Amino acid sequence: MREVAVVSFAQSVPARRADEFNEVELLMPVVHQAVADSGIPKGEIGFTISGSCDYLAGIPFAFVSGLDAVGAWPPITESHVEMDGAWALYEAWVRLQHGDIDSALVYSFGKSSLGPLTDVLSQQLDPYYLAPLWLDSVSVAALQARAWLDAGHSEEEMAEVVSASRRAARSNPNTQLAGDPDLKELLAQPYLVDPLRRHDCPPIGDGAAAVVLAVGDLARSVSERPAWITGIDHRIEPHSLGARDLASSASTREAARRAGVGRGPVDVAEVHAPFSHQVPIVAEALGLDGGVEVNPSGGALAANVVMAAGLVRIGEAAARISGGSATRAVAHATAGPALQQNLVCVLEGDKR
Amino acid sequence: MSTSAGETRVPVMEAPNVLEFPFSRSTGPVIGAFMTALRDEAKILGATTATGKVIVPPLEYDPETGEATTGLVDVGSSGVVTTWAWVREPGPKHPLAKPFAWALIKLDGADTALVHAVDAGSPDAMSTGMRVTAHFKPEREGHIRDIECFVPSSGSAGGESGTPSGGVRTPEEVFSSGTAPNEGSADASTGQADEAPGPVRKISTPIELVYRFTAGRATSRFVRGLLDFKILGQRCPSCTKVYVPPRGSCAKCGVATEEEVELPTTGTVTTFCVVNVPFYGQKIKIPYVTATILLDGADIGLFHLIQECEADEVHMGMRVEAVWQEPENMVPGLEAIQHFRPTGEPDADYDTYKEHV
Ligand SMILES: [Zn+2]
Repeated sequence: MREVAVVSFAQSVPARRADEFNEVELLMPVVHQAVADSGIPKGEIGFTISGSCDYLAGIPFAFVSGLDAVGAWPPITESHVEMDGAWALYEAWVRLQHGDIDSALVYSFGKSSLGPLTDVLSQQLDPYYLAPLWLDSVSVAALQARAWLDAGHSEEEMAEVVSASRRAARSNPNTQLAGDPDLKELLAQPYLVDPLRRHDCPPIGDGAAAVVLAVGDLARSVSERPAWITGIDHRIEPHSLGARDLASSASTREAARRAGVGRGPVDVAEVHAPFSHQVPIVAEALGLDGGVEVNPSGGALAANVVMAAGLVRIGEAAARISGGSATRAVAHATAGPALQQNLVCVLEGDKR
Repeated sequence: MSTSAGETRVPVMEAPNVLEFPFSRSTGPVIGAFMTALRDEAKILGATTATGKVIVPPLEYDPETGEATTGLVDVGSSGVVTTWAWVREPGPKHPLAKPFAWALIKLDGADTALVHAVDAGSPDAMSTGMRVTAHFKPEREGHIRDIECFVPSSGSAGGESGTPSGGVRTPEEVFSSGTAPNEGSADASTGQADEAPGPVRKISTPIELVYRFTAGRATSRFVRGLLDFKILGQRCPSCTKVYVPPRGSCAKCGVATEEEVELPTTGTVTTFCVVNVPFYGQKIKIPYVTATILLDGADIGLFHLIQECEADEVHMGMRVEAVWQEPENMVPGLEAIQHFRPTGEPDADYDTYKEHV
């Protein structure tokens, strides 16, 4: 395997409604900053890939116009996944293993404020049995939350996750929801879709994120402390909700095993769990022990730009490595209903 | 690291944007049999697997092994709630208009659970492990919504027997049971509504999603300009090319375009086509001409109509000018320009537009 590292990461400040910017206007400053911070001239980046979903804003081929932010001239080698940018990063990592190029730009963007997000996401479900019921994304998460509660957990645990996210988000400028809520007050809030309260759900946000990957000596030459990807894997579960154990995440567990999470101590984990009960489900499946700092950024409960939030987790974890405050980090991204598909990425800094 | 995309706020134009997908989906033998049994027999079918399980709703394959499922079997129309969620404010597309529960329901005889709505009146009436019974619509069409919802099972027995009767059936046996097969009339377009409906071969599930469309800064400025009878482009700071309509960026250089350039209403036809094909929603009498017009000073062509001349007179290099809408008919969009018409000037030299063809 070639050594591949995250050498730069940029993100926009997520906005509840970024009406004044079209998707390119939203994305462009982020791409520019990631490229500039990478120290690699734009024209020398070997591969470009994006992750986004045209259904979010209801604009067909928005992913093609997203390329305007990159400047695809002279012609570039480019690809796209209709998924979170974390999966675009996975493809870039695979592409870098081919050996003929040494760097890649990965970006993602989402403007879900323009559409009826929970209904839009219902249309990714089985088109015969589920989508015609308009089973919305909050309700899917609520079905999972109940299954998790029934497996021996409590709503207090969910409130604790929310409270921890809000507190962590106070030191992260790139979040939408920060604070220091009292557990009792949280639990006194009405249900949105029982057993989920509004604060158990992620905020809707528009934004973008970008990462530059580089290989071996190039990474060492442009970054003082590259965040090396020492393991990466993703796994998926059946799409039929009734064929899955919703109270745990078998696909995260398998991806974590294959990515080698357990091969060493973990300092910090960034978990893409948009609903409160999903944080402990994922943390358990990753095999994290109690000493691991989970979601120092606040996680997806504090800011959840759909299609970028997973890539942001990798970027945040990489920033902790490059900044020197962590030696070994785990980033996780999810896609599909109720944690159907999960990606796990292990990042490490050089020993010092 | 974070960036804030620009500081200046401009009023951004917004419009509704409705996406509709009126698709039919073919159902195949397994899902088609499920839908047919729902419609004709008010029964719920599961798919049997080689490992002896029953998957409900049925699939063509076993999600655990990937092997094809082996047949279809009736399962009970009652079962046990394995998890549930209470919807306090139902949306207009949800199965029930009043507060209801979503539930995963493991029907009697099934090994996997089905998602549907439960009409229980109150969340207090819901619990994991409770028994519920399907409530079928009286008029059924072969669709998952033929099950109107589930309701809490009545009586101490808690609904129907746990062992559904009947053996394993093939899709063909399901298709031919109850009503005589008549494949032709599965298509409503054949107009044989009074005949036996035949197997369900497809379902129709209209999708409508209502979005907002926001123009962003560059396009908003452009559209506002049109309302003032001005055509505003933007110049790329890197390659100096002038974009109209501007999108806020140079696609070639990948940089923001901020410098605004007011363009004249005159230009040159670089390419065109004569539309002879009628189509639904057509507003103009055929034949008519659409053309790419390179406005003087612009580097990208604008797509518009050429009128006030015969279709066969339009040609490359023809000089044209914009005809604005009357002020009372002004609309925020490219229709602010009614069309372009010939100016009568001599044709432009090919060299002046050959880069833009
Ligand atoms: Zn340019």
